[in-house]
Formats: sequence, structure tokens, C-alpha cells
Amino acid sequence: MAEAVVHDVLGDGHGEHGADHHDMTYTRKAAMWVFLGSECMFFGALISTFLLYRSETRDGPTATEIFDIPFTSASSFILLMSSLTMVLAHHAFHRHDMRRARIWILATATLGGLFLAGQIFEFTEFVHEGLKLSTSPFGSSFYVLTGFHGAHVAIGVIMLLGMFVLSLSGKLNHHEGLNVELVGLYWHFVDIVWIVIFTVVYLLQV
Amino acid sequence: MAAPGHAEPTPRTYWLIALFLGVITAIEVAVAYVDALDPVIAPILLTLSAIKFGAVVGWFMHLKFDRKLFRGFFLFGLIGAPLLFLVVLATFHALV
Repeated sequence: MAEAVVHDVLGDGHGEHGADHHDMTYTRKAAMWVFLGSECMFFGALISTFLLYRSETRDGPTATEIFDIPFTSASSFILLMSSLTMVLAHHAFHRHDMRRARIWILATATLGGLFLAGQIFEFTEFVHEGLKLSTSPFGSSFYVLTGFHGAHVAIGVIMLLGMFVLSLSGKLNHHEGLNVELVGLYWHFVDIVWIVIFTVVYLLQV
Repeated sequence: MAAPGHAEPTPRTYWLIALFLGVITAIEVAVAYVDALDPVIAPILLTLSAIKFGAVVGWFMHLKFDRKLFRGFFLFGLIGAPLLFLVVLATFHALV
């Protein structure tokens, strides 16, 4: 199968080294998509759990009482725009425009950091209003779901900052385009998960 | 990077998609506050969410331009997630 794939990618007349490189590119991208598919299942399980327990608030506050939709909408917009800056970083990298790629990578990491800061602020507010991890099944499922998403964003920000530092030291050049693409795929995935969470967990509950 | 034979979108396309995503998000939030739409709010919001999801996956993640096999890997997980939800509901006898 690998030979067919390489032939498909390269056509005839390419050397063995080029074939190996493209074979590896294909394999790594395929592995990333398999990983993202499995992540869909992971977040699917967490969202299912939230939907199952969303009305079990016990003595704690309900979603309608504590959710601040305008604030979360602004956070969602920030994360959406980070997907734009990420794809622009990838595009600039692909065109060997390292300076612009660096700017967009840093912009993406900054927007991710802003989203995380918003989430920490939101969690702090909720705790002050009486919703803790152990308050109710609603609280537990909400914090576990949004917390895991936040952890994914944090990992993404670390990877982006790592890429930025590597590019400054010249260790990330245009030959490393696949690494940027894979980090980009991960980042966009984090964004699409939030698109679902924002609708299902926030908008549909108020 | 797009699969061989497919042109990559330009930065202008990416900006337009981002604008589109921002507008859809604004519509989602506005719709959530219209009491008259309460009976149909879930399908409306889920449809808008699916449109945003598709735009990011298709254009920003380049899946629209990439290999069908990658699409298959991702769809497997995407279809598996709601199936998993049904299994969870069935396990807790919450389907009826």
C-alpha cells in the first residue's frame, strides 16, 4: 500500500530519498488524522456525560443562573480568530515567508493564551457563585469537559511557543513545513471542539 | 498542504471564512436570546454550529482539498462520537 501511495504522491522519476520523505509525510499526516478521529470520540464521551447530567444541579447553581453568554461569546470569537491566524501562519510558512509565519504563530499563541485567561476567570467566577467540581453532577461534568478542552488549548499554546522559539533560533525552517501543518491541525481541532461545546454546553442551556 | 492537483485557498479566502465564522457566531448568540424561537432553538443552533464546524474542517484544516483517506479517518471518529452518545444514553436507560 505504501508503494502505491508513494507512486500516487510522486509519480515516476523521483529518487529513493524523495519517495521515503513523501512516504513519511503521508504516514505522519494519516497518523494525525487518526489521532484527531480518536479525539472526537474522547470529547464525544465527555459531551455525552455533560448532556446526561446537565439538569442534576442538586443545591448548586444552574446553567441559566451562572453562564455569562456575552463573555463566553467573546472567548469563542477569540478562539475562532486564532484558527485564522494559524492557517495564515501555515500559508506563510508554505511560501517560505518565515518572518510573517513567526508573527502569525505568535498571534495564535497569544489568542490561545487570552482564551485560557478567560476560562480561568470564568471558572473562578463560577466557584465564587457556588459551582465547584463536587457541587453537583452538572458541575463535575461541566468542569471535566471544559477543563479537558482547556488542557488541550494549553498544550497547543506550548507547542506554538515552542515552534516560535525554534524558528527564532533557525531550527524551524521551511523544510519543517509538515510540523507546522500538524500543529495547525491540532489547533484547528481544538477550535472545532469549542464550536460544539459553545453551542451544546452554553447556548442550548440558557 | 493540499493533495496534489488541488489549489490551496488564498489568504483572502481565509479572511472571508473568518468573517463568515464571526457573523455566524453573532447570529447564534442573537438567536439564543429570542424567546419566540424557543421551540426550534436546538435545530437552529445545531445547524449553525455544524456550518461553522464544516467551514473550519473543510478550509482551515484543508480536509476539503486533502486525501479522501484522511477524511475517512476523521469521519470515523466524528460518526463514532454521536454513536457513543447513544450507547451512553442506552446504558443509563435514558433513550426513552
